[in-house]
Amino acid sequence: MTPRLELRNICKTYPGVVANDDISMSIAPGEIHAVLGENGAGKSTLMKIIYGAAQADSGTIHCDGQLVETHNPASSRALGIEMVYQHFALFESVTVVENIALSVSSEFHLESLASQITELSQRYGMPIDPYRRVHDLSVGERQRVEIVRCLLQAPKLLILDEPTSVLTPQAVVKLFETLRQLAAEGCSILYISHKLDEVQELCDSATVLRNGRVTGTARPRESTSVELARMMVGSDLPEMRLNPSNPSPEPVLDVRGLSAPPKDRYGIGLKDISFCVHGGEIVGLAGVSGNGQAELISLLSGERLHPQADTIRINGRPVGRLDAAGRRRIGTAFVPEERLGRGAVPPHALWENAILTGHRKGLVRNGLVNRPKAREFAGSIIERFNVKANGPGASAQSLSGGNLQKFIVGREIELAPKLFLVAQPTWGVDVGAAAFLRQTLIDLSRAGAAVLVVSEELDELFEICDRLLVICQGQVSAPLHTAETDREEVGLLMTRLGGQGSDKRSGELALQD
Amino acid sequence: MDLFIAIFTGTIIAATPLIFAALGELVVEKSGVLNLGIEGMMLVGAAFAFWGVIAGLPMPLAILAGALAGAASSLLFGVLALTFLTNQYAAGLALAIFGSGLSAFIGRGFGSAPIDALDAIHLPVLSDIPLVGPLLLRFDPLVYLALFMFAVISWFLYRTKAGLVLRTIGESPETAHAIGFPVIKIRYLAVLFGGLMAGLGGAYLSVAYTPLWVENMTAGRGWIALALVVFATWRPLRVLLGAWLFGGMTILQLQGQALGLGVPSELLSALPYAATIVVLVIISQNRQMLALHFPASLAKPFRPAN
Amino acid sequence: MHFRIEQRPEPSARMRVAAPIVATALTLLVGSIVFAALGHSPLATLHAFFVAPLSSMNGLSEWLLKASPLILIACGLAVGFRANVWNIGAEGQLIIGAIAASGVGLFYPDPESVLLLPLMFVAGALAGMGWAAIPAFLRARMNTNEILVTLMLTYIAVLFLSWLVHGPWRDPAGFNYPQTALLPPAAMFEPFDYAYRLNGSVFITVVAVVAMWLFTDRSFLGYKMSVSGAAPLAARYAGFRESAAVWTGLLAGGAAAGIAGMAEAAGPLGQLSSQISPGYGFAAIIVAFIGRLNAFGIVLGGLLMSLLFLGGDSVQMTLGLPSALTRIFQGILLFFLLAADFFIFYRIRPLREHA
Repeated sequence: MTPRLELRNICKTYPGVVANDDISMSIAPGEIHAVLGENGAGKSTLMKIIYGAAQADSGTIHCDGQLVETHNPASSRALGIEMVYQHFALFESVTVVENIALSVSSEFHLESLASQITELSQRYGMPIDPYRRVHDLSVGERQRVEIVRCLLQAPKLLILDEPTSVLTPQAVVKLFETLRQLAAEGCSILYISHKLDEVQELCDSATVLRNGRVTGTARPRESTSVELARMMVGSDLPEMRLNPSNPSPEPVLDVRGLSAPPKDRYGIGLKDISFCVHGGEIVGLAGVSGNGQAELISLLSGERLHPQADTIRINGRPVGRLDAAGRRRIGTAFVPEERLGRGAVPPHALWENAILTGHRKGLVRNGLVNRPKAREFAGSIIERFNVKANGPGASAQSLSGGNLQKFIVGREIELAPKLFLVAQPTWGVDVGAAAFLRQTLIDLSRAGAAVLVVSEELDELFEICDRLLVICQGQVSAPLHTAETDREEVGLLMTRLGGQGSDKRSGELALQD
Repeated sequence: MDLFIAIFTGTIIAATPLIFAALGELVVEKSGVLNLGIEGMMLVGAAFAFWGVIAGLPMPLAILAGALAGAASSLLFGVLALTFLTNQYAAGLALAIFGSGLSAFIGRGFGSAPIDALDAIHLPVLSDIPLVGPLLLRFDPLVYLALFMFAVISWFLYRTKAGLVLRTIGESPETAHAIGFPVIKIRYLAVLFGGLMAGLGGAYLSVAYTPLWVENMTAGRGWIALALVVFATWRPLRVLLGAWLFGGMTILQLQGQALGLGVPSELLSALPYAATIVVLVIISQNRQMLALHFPASLAKPFRPAN
Repeated sequence: MHFRIEQRPEPSARMRVAAPIVATALTLLVGSIVFAALGHSPLATLHAFFVAPLSSMNGLSEWLLKASPLILIACGLAVGFRANVWNIGAEGQLIIGAIAASGVGLFYPDPESVLLLPLMFVAGALAGMGWAAIPAFLRARMNTNEILVTLMLTYIAVLFLSWLVHGPWRDPAGFNYPQTALLPPAAMFEPFDYAYRLNGSVFITVVAVVAMWLFTDRSFLGYKMSVSGAAPLAARYAGFRESAAVWTGLLAGGAAAGIAGMAEAAGPLGQLSSQISPGYGFAAIIVAFIGRLNAFGIVLGGLLMSLLFLGGDSVQMTLGLPSALTRIFQGILLFFLLAADFFIFYRIRPLREHA
């Protein structure tokens, strides 16, 4: 049988990085094929090349036996290749139907397109209202819009890039049903993931990437997780050392009845949030992204102030009206989810970025910056946290995501915090560095600091946290002890908080039925 | 009654150059590009249109010359901001300064004699209807063109696919590029259109509004047009209303000077500028309204990844 | 052969130095073409534009005299620009500074007091800061765009000055010219040599350049402002207040412009007139960018820009070319410089051929 898609010897280099090195693979019609690999293995680059959003330096692509020559997203769609991005290619300010109209080549006729959307979305069990503005949709609903947009083109090949990273476990089940239905109708599916269990559950075959190369092919259902993991990682995963926690009697962070209006039109309001984090423990905040995590963390870090000072206490002191610098002064450190532009100034050198929050460590005297000391401080972070960088003079933007993350975490830990807030600690970080960062968090908490981790990776939270909180629609659940709960319970809380009747929630519930 | 007609028609006329320039800038900003050089483009447009008249071109061609000169000058900004990814503030300021120099250079031989202004239309019968005729049907053609452009731009932005593409590029060029739209090309077209409109606004000043050449004759209208786009919270209808408001302010202030209220004319002349500040402050208080139609990528350099 | 434009891993230090030189060279090239098109010999015109003005003592004096306010104002503005605070109304702040200083000079009860000049200095600085405080307050507290406000205030300042010199402050013995009476000698900077106009106010500029360097390159406040400019979210993350950057940026520009205005009135002009500034406030914006917002770069940029002013006057007098050429050259120079800067951060690489 002619393969639906065949790649031969694809190579792609970015300045300083070989993203794809001599990659070949082939996918049959109706096959669900996984591309498995860690962050940074080159999966996303490969998908962009297949979709035409990036050009390979060398190598060929054949679609249904025909050589694909000049290649861009429009020509891919003409060939029947559609892609659902990990970070959705949707415009917040316009409606669902307008978003979809942008990528269909037919006449600009919104009414007929809207009825097509309604019909198709119902056929595949994922109803959406074509006239809602995208910024009013939940993440799960946005993904449905993306998928429906692709399905409208009756694709021959559908590419999904880490589609489950934003979904609850229950929504994942529903998504898989839709994908199987599609494959049964003859559509090939290219499923990009770093999650072994999902690939084993869904996919017929898999190509495993590491450092831009193919390190193996497999039939996931017939392979063990250990085999796949070894192909992916190249070595066995390090074990976490997790001693039992010894929480301090008094909470370090104490949040009581915190409510806040949404920050902007895309934001989520917070409703009556109460929880506390003690010294010596790690508390995880689970939730589907866009449920108020960003709002909560910016209120805790002091980037956003709260009119009532006593809704947030740090070591008993009301801090709601204290800004970020003030909270740092009393022992808070914070690693934000955006590294470039928030946690670090992209064009500035690492030694300058060390001053950003490290200025209290004797880097400033009489109002003047002590450059040698700043370099020394940056150098010690680079060394201690094993940051791969061209010395303290390297600009933040020249570092890979994982190395910059290590630098920022290192800088914040060097401040010897009593309260450590960290969002998405291991996003885009390779597996070895992720393990190192998690161990660092554990060690910090066992040394007595209170640690709050916001993450969308449930596995990560279960691995390192003593207690879990779940945020949904701006509300936070009662704490769960990690040892006494499971993914099922947390998954339900990720969608079911807040009683009845909320629009977005009912959308998510529809996915679980 | 005559005074009312004079104020009303004066307002409409004074607003016309602002409508051209601000609507053009609206389209540019909707695509996510901030061109601060309107003042320069208007001056270039004014100078070329005036040159056209002196050189004996028919009036429509002279005006076209002004418009095209505005578009050509916008290209200088476009190359810097879109190809060379320059800070858009700096590139726009460079254009403003360059345009004022270039127009003064071109205008050095224009002398100080007035030219024959663009004629107002006179429709048989209709223009003579009492009240309606003098109020609505005796303007020059560019006044009507400005209103027509308003209609075209409103329709384009909100009723066509191309307009939708333009707006979404203004929200997120990265996403638009990922979907496969030629972001840079579309932004170039928007910038050129903005230059064309600013050139028209300038041409209106020099061949219709005050048909004689004065260096820096725009007197800050390019900057007021920029303020109008903010004031309008990036919506065409409000640009129109805002332009009329400022036109009215200008005319009332002139009437005040003519009446001799005992207030020095310089201070009356400062009124429209002061009013611009006041209006900006008021509008800026409502952050939500500002955010609603704000092109989220405004003034952020974008370069497609390859 | 195909080419690809790609981002350099690190900004190129070599291009950083080369860019202004290349931009200046290209400006000269375009200038030659313009002169040739106007029917003048390019070499002779370039000589008249760039060499002749500097070939006499008086020329050198004028060169520094005009560079001084440009550099001073650009230093002040650059403090704000580094933090993305866009004060483009330095012209207005200069005018208000000149008005306040002249007011003190004209109306201080003791016209021979040694305090007169220092008082005028303070008045000029405070008035410039006061005028800049309006946009600072509106941006920091009222969320209002400072570009538009500073510009509108410039137009208002021009009109206010015009009213003063045509009306209440007009010199009754001045044949109806729009200017005030001459300032008393104690209200003037003494020239180094009465044959030329250069005076001690250049030392103010020297101090300002050093202070600007210290502030932007070495001080913690300057560091905070550069963070605000390069990454506003990082500034908020670190707890650096945006309003502090806005106030510092605008007040620095306002003070510098106000002092420059004072030095013009108390220096070469000796009185207040409606022609107090030949556009120093706007040209200083270009100087700040040419100098890449860096103190010593600004010194070079100011010298270059001053030469453009002198050159414009020179070709007008000797060849009858319009002085508007000055502004055209200013614009072209800035265009080329901004374009050349691109190659600091990006490079063009030939692509390997492939099927």
